Amino acid sequence: MDLSRFEKISDTAWRVAPFGGMRAPAIVYASEELMKEMDDKVFEQVTNVAKLPGIVRAAYAMPDAHWGYGFPIGGVAAFDADEGGVVSAGGVGFDVSCGVRTHLTHLTREQVVSVQQELADALFEHVPAGVGSEGEIALDEQGLNAMLLGGAQWAIERGLGRAEDLDRIEERGCAAAADPAAVSEHARKRQRREMGTLGSGNHYLEVQEVAEIFDEKTAAAYGLVKGECVVTIHCGSRGLGHQIGTEYLRDMVISAQDYGIELPDRELACAPIKSVLGQKYLGAMRAAINCALANREIIGHLARQVFARFFENEGLPLMFDVSHNTCKVERHAVDGETRQLFVHRKGATRAFGPGHESLPEALRPYGQPVLIGGSMGAGSYVLAGMETSERQSFASACHGAGRRMSRHAATRAWGGRKVVDDLRAQGIIIKSPSLRGVAEEAPGAYKDVRAVVDSAEAAGLARKVAFLKPLICVKG
Amino acid sequence: MSAAGDHGAAARWEHFPHDADIGVRGYGASPEEAFAQAALAMMAAILDPATVRIEQTIDIVLEAPRLDLLLVDWLNALIYEMAERRMVFGAFEVTIEDHHLKGRALGEAVSRARHAPAVEAKGATYTELACVEDWPGLWRAQCVIDV
Repeated sequence: MDLSRFEKISDTAWRVAPFGGMRAPAIVYASEELMKEMDDKVFEQVTNVAKLPGIVRAAYAMPDAHWGYGFPIGGVAAFDADEGGVVSAGGVGFDVSCGVRTHLTHLTREQVVSVQQELADALFEHVPAGVGSEGEIALDEQGLNAMLLGGAQWAIERGLGRAEDLDRIEERGCAAAADPAAVSEHARKRQRREMGTLGSGNHYLEVQEVAEIFDEKTAAAYGLVKGECVVTIHCGSRGLGHQIGTEYLRDMVISAQDYGIELPDRELACAPIKSVLGQKYLGAMRAAINCALANREIIGHLARQVFARFFENEGLPLMFDVSHNTCKVERHAVDGETRQLFVHRKGATRAFGPGHESLPEALRPYGQPVLIGGSMGAGSYVLAGMETSERQSFASACHGAGRRMSRHAATRAWGGRKVVDDLRAQGIIIKSPSLRGVAEEAPGAYKDVRAVVDSAEAAGLARKVAFLKPLICVKG
Repeated sequence: MSAAGDHGAAARWEHFPHDADIGVRGYGASPEEAFAQAALAMMAAILDPATVRIEQTIDIVLEAPRLDLLLVDWLNALIYEMAERRMVFGAFEVTIEDHHLKGRALGEAVSRARHAPAVEAKGATYTELACVEDWPGLWRAQCVIDV
């Protein structure tokens, strides 16, 4: 990215003053090195977001930002309904409430390695992954509506999760004000056989070793112990969310003019929060959030079933579950005044700092766990929300490493078999229905996740707690 | 990446890069041909279309206020049919009249073993969307697919 277009406000914060229709500045948080590596499209997209009606304070991009749709991936923006603010289907994305959860185990690396291949095979066999896979839970209309209203709570009521998990899921596993009536027949049909499925692309289930601890106290509060293993799941709202994104994006593209909204990019399609379409989308999107929360709860349940076959008394308690494609109603301080805002995070993680009222008591003094998925080889990070993230980015942080290479370029650079073999030599077992899919997700196709989390910490978004190194990766 | 199409000298498809996802582009002597080639490009992002047997046909009828919006609708309709019917497609037929599209997708039930799909298409986007006649007799239909 051309840095001459930014004002450097710190080593990890870069500002673009409003120009050409921007209603607020744009701010990108990243080191100079990451900034130079970013696609110019990030500049274009984050400044376009700043043109949307009712935007509050600034449009933000996180250190893992890359070229997305309308919003950059790694984009954050908040809107005020009372100031004509909008809700944007493009600002949430197709995979509504895609997110990450991490379960703890008390298993050492050695215990997992002793059954590594068998455990990998069993997880791959038991957790439906990849295109064409189906879940075992069939939903009728009544069941589907209950799921769309209940989220993870619905899954738990059906014996597909544990009540104690709810404390460790945003909004206790259930987005309020979901509206199943706003979910189309097509979206419902697309979900009929997809509950408890992982999906494909960059979605995964990993068994990881806690390889490094950066903050002993916070790690202890989170239950992370160096040398022990965790299970991390990355997936979203499956076909239902994809269909809701598709349909409402179209409706918003076509009706923007009627609402007097000039779209700088059609993918920024949006509607006033107070409009009929805006409210209908919010109801449908919240139903999709509940679908994602239920889906991850079920996959966690499936992982528990597999681990129980190998290790007695391993309950896989949930450390935390957090979404990174959402629009949520939150209260934030703006110029000394607390306001209710509709915060869009597209490929960005909520990162509430210590003391936030929404955090469970056990975690409150330490800040919200922020789960950063890395690539199959480079590993992942657990961060904690910082107090400063509130004023920096409406309490938001990065969500992953971010790609540095297109899928096509990755398949030209690496063969899937070689990626699997190379990772095997590093002690990591990859299970995937598609070698081409593995090549597209090769570690080298991603940015250096360490540079991303270091930037997030330096920028005051979230601080490092632990580094997780994969032992098993089930890819969709 | 590109491959020669079946329908005419101008007909072909290719992928273009997008950071996280994949751009699909179809060329043809008419919008119809470009739409069919864009659909093939989308399938090629998922699997090798040559591995798909033609065993079933699915008919699709759509309308949209503009040709480029119709392209997004067409690709999204195919994504929906693939997901709902657990199918993959290897050939397409399209006719367009006054922004009304009649399409046919030909393919079979997905086989994870034989097709080994690399990714799942989540949705066709308005990013880099275009349906234009670059010069007389050469139409280009393209957009980015979220995978």
